[in-house]
Amino acid sequence: MNRKQFFSGIIAIFFVMLMAISVQADSKSLMMATTTSTDNTGLLDYLIPHFEKETGIALKWTSTGTGKALKLGQNCDVDVLLVHAPPAEKKYIASGYGKDRREVMYNDFVIIGPAMDPAGIKGKGISEAFNMIKGKKGIFISRGDDSGTNKKEKLLWKNAGIQLPDKEKWYVQTGQGMLASINVAEERKGYTMTDRGTYIKYNSQKGGNAPLKVLVEGDAILLNQYSVLTLDPKNCPKAKYELALKFSDWMASKNAQDLIKDFRLLGKELFIPNAK
Amino acid sequence: MDFIVAGFVKAIELLISGDNSTWTAVWATLKVSTCSMLLSVGAGLPCGFLIGYFDFKGKKHLRTILDTLLALPTVFIGLAVYAFISYQGPLGELGLLFTLTGIAIGQTILAFPIVTAITASIIENIDQDLKLTLVSLGAGKRNIIATCLWEVRFGILTAAVTAYGRVLTEVGISMMVGGNIKYSTRTITTAIALETNKGQFADGIALGVVLITIAFIVNLSLSFLRRQ
Repeated sequence: MNRKQFFSGIIAIFFVMLMAISVQADSKSLMMATTTSTDNTGLLDYLIPHFEKETGIALKWTSTGTGKALKLGQNCDVDVLLVHAPPAEKKYIASGYGKDRREVMYNDFVIIGPAMDPAGIKGKGISEAFNMIKGKKGIFISRGDDSGTNKKEKLLWKNAGIQLPDKEKWYVQTGQGMLASINVAEERKGYTMTDRGTYIKYNSQKGGNAPLKVLVEGDAILLNQYSVLTLDPKNCPKAKYELALKFSDWMASKNAQDLIKDFRLLGKELFIPNAK
Repeated sequence: MDFIVAGFVKAIELLISGDNSTWTAVWATLKVSTCSMLLSVGAGLPCGFLIGYFDFKGKKHLRTILDTLLALPTVFIGLAVYAFISYQGPLGELGLLFTLTGIAIGQTILAFPIVTAITASIIENIDQDLKLTLVSLGAGKRNIIATCLWEVRFGILTAAVTAYGRVLTEVGISMMVGGNIKYSTRTITTAIALETNKGQFADGIALGVVLITIAFIVNLSLSFLRRQ
């Protein structure tokens, strides 16, 4: 191999590869920002192929906390949102970032913790349980990422009459997704708050015999409503509003609602459809 | 301990069964890192050559800056690129956020100082006698430069492979700019981060094995090239 061949060979490889890559440009499609719970549980992997088949619209999603998802919508980096923080969502629409809000499904939040329950919160009311965790300095894992779950948790501390224990040693803020935070709770033998869907997913990963158990549940305030939000075309003229609306309609359709109802792990429903 | 063994078994399973999500992640990783590596070599090689070949005022300072850039954290590059290509950012109109192109931009910024610094070093270390000999033989400038480049061809390959290794294994930029979108911008590294987060260690290990295999193949082909 001589010099000329070597260099022209390298240059040829360079161009061929660049061409191969540029041909592979990303095709345009609907982009959604959603919460970690819908993604971690596998709901979207199960649901979205049906949507794509029925409507011919390709849907891609990035999963993050509700707080960041709303921000992505505000910045027009996505086209549609699937989130779970009703007060923040209503404020979002009032601020002119979102247009239509459609409730599509719900589950509930639960407090989980080790079976031995060091703070003794099993079966207690939510505010009492939080006070007991604080009193016993039981390790509590918080998402700490301004997600829908984190927003709700902060509200619960407030309702329990406790200032957010931001700097306490027993209050661990992970800044990560729901399943990741549950795994931290398991490692640290601590308590955490999760939506029931993600808990069932976690439990099924552990063969239905997870070391963390549901300890507090059933309070009305623990309801966890998921909604599809479209973006206001006035704020984001380039966002695909029509396609976003189609997704919103589809999620509320009988077909999609039945699919959500049929999505089960360990024989349990993870999300309960409730579109009107 | 079981999940570590299970990971290796699963790696083989995933690859042989042609699991779609695994292969799209492998393909996305190869595509984006190859693109970034080529772009950074394209830009870094001439820059490194100029810095290494010529003597000029402030060269030492430039080298210091360049060496500092070698330590650029990927999350910072991710943040900066994110800020620029977000719809609200200066390049927002291009719609590059959550695309492989966006990741490639960030990775090119990551790899550029590596290629430049390595190229500059090897050019600096060329035997000064070579230049003198060439000049005394009456070689033109063009000829001298071409001969110098030829002499350091393996050094340049090393620069390219080092850059490739860096972009192949980074996770910060891919995660922040790419958004870890399944079948689209999910690369092997972001997939590993996700699987670990979900507590699916076996899947994570499986993908790690794939990544190491790719790195191995790249280095193997390099040593093959050397022997030629």
